Amino acid sequence: MRVLNHPILGDETRQFNATIIVDGKQIQAIEGEPIAAALLSAGIKKFRETQKNHKPRGIFCAIGRCTDCVMTVDGVPNVRTCITPVRDGMIISTQKGLGKWGIER
Amino acid sequence: MKTTDIAVIGAGPAGLSCAVEAARAGAQVTVLDENLKPGGQLFKQIHKFFGSREHKAGIRGFRIGQQLLEETEKLGVEVLLDAAVYGIYEDRLIAYITDGKDHTIKAKKIVMATGASENALAFPGCTLPGVMGAGAAQTMINVNRVLPGQKIIMVGSGNVGLIVSYQLMQAGADVLALIEAAPKIGGYGVHAAKIRRAGVQIYTSTTIKEVLGEEKVEGVIAVNLDEKWQQVTGTEKHFNADTVCLAVGLSPLTELAWMAGCEFTFIPSLGGHVPIHDRNMETTLKGIYIAGDITGVEEASSAMEEGRLAGVACAESLEYYDENKALELKNQIWDRLDALRTGPFGEGRFTAKLKQLDARRQLA
Repeated sequence: MRVLNHPILGDETRQFNATIIVDGKQIQAIEGEPIAAALLSAGIKKFRETQKNHKPRGIFCAIGRCTDCVMTVDGVPNVRTCITPVRDGMIISTQKGLGKWGIER
Repeated sequence: MKTTDIAVIGAGPAGLSCAVEAARAGAQVTVLDENLKPGGQLFKQIHKFFGSREHKAGIRGFRIGQQLLEETEKLGVEVLLDAAVYGIYEDRLIAYITDGKDHTIKAKKIVMATGASENALAFPGCTLPGVMGAGAAQTMINVNRVLPGQKIIMVGSGNVGLIVSYQLMQAGADVLALIEAAPKIGGYGVHAAKIRRAGVQIYTSTTIKEVLGEEKVEGVIAVNLDEKWQQVTGTEKHFNADTVCLAVGLSPLTELAWMAGCEFTFIPSLGGHVPIHDRNMETTLKGIYIAGDITGVEEASSAMEEGRLAGVACAESLEYYDENKALELKNQIWDRLDALRTGPFGEGRFTAKLKQLDARRQLA
């Protein structure tokens, strides 16, 4: 959920100006915001599955240190979504294990 | 190859303060930061800072960040973003990557101001999506303006746990409870009182027994701890939470200092292994300085003072200041640092920092 009004930061002035495709589904986003922020605001919390036990993982540190939030972005696996900015038309997929290069269709 | 007088690694409160101070003395300063935006963690700190006027008390963290950026720009400090430093080699050669490409810069002095990262906590369900650092949640709400969840359990009653709880409420979330394993609240009374007034119950001697859920957090079971920190069966409380925020301390980001070959000492209250430094913030390697949370976790106010100290010391060693002028400035900074490290909350840090300085003296 977006924080539209805020007692200190004021009202949100940015508008949706990008569409990203996450596991085949279109999601509205704001160009330049971290991918992870766009996903959380769309209610997506699971970003990947672990290699051995297929356990779900999501965001943990949000500053690019822990690598828990990595996903496959435009065919590149292990992209840290918490520090990678959204660009219009990005194709993002929930990463399975160590991920694969290339866009899965 | 690129060269500079002083290379500062990390554009957070410590790094920027260092850059400003050194540039003011006339030095050529280059700041490198792996992020796309400077400021480190200052821009998520929307609360007013504590301390006295010299510590920028009463000013919100993100405004301090803006001021620092304005000063760096005015003074002509070069700030390289998307510049992830991965190694420091002989003769202070720094290697970094920008946009996937290798670069090097050679500096007469290096200041490492790399900061800290949040600690995790182990319990059943701790890896479920929805369990995150309190600072991570703070980044999401205050920088990215996105709520990571609606119903929050905060773990840890230090200032981070207390302040972020309040900020989550400001952003529109419900904080169901704040739990603290110790028998008393860790942070400032004013912060605790503020969230209590807002209706948040603080449970001391309480920990997480288990976080429920398959694909994400769907509930939290908390449990009381006895005086030996053992869980007391039968005291379980269930919370209908979708998010767990962990405010259980930070650890200094010391990888570069280890790689460079700095000597370390172990001081648990500062976050574990910390590089040894002297009163100029110089490490055991000549010409390599540290400032901020890498030297031991404190808060932004002391990080800025340490940054200034390193800035003045570097400027002095490059002869932009004579000994007397430098001493005068350094003494002023040390007075302010000592002031930040007094009182019931600061005294422990004061003693810990003395220990760190003693470690340097023992080596010499």
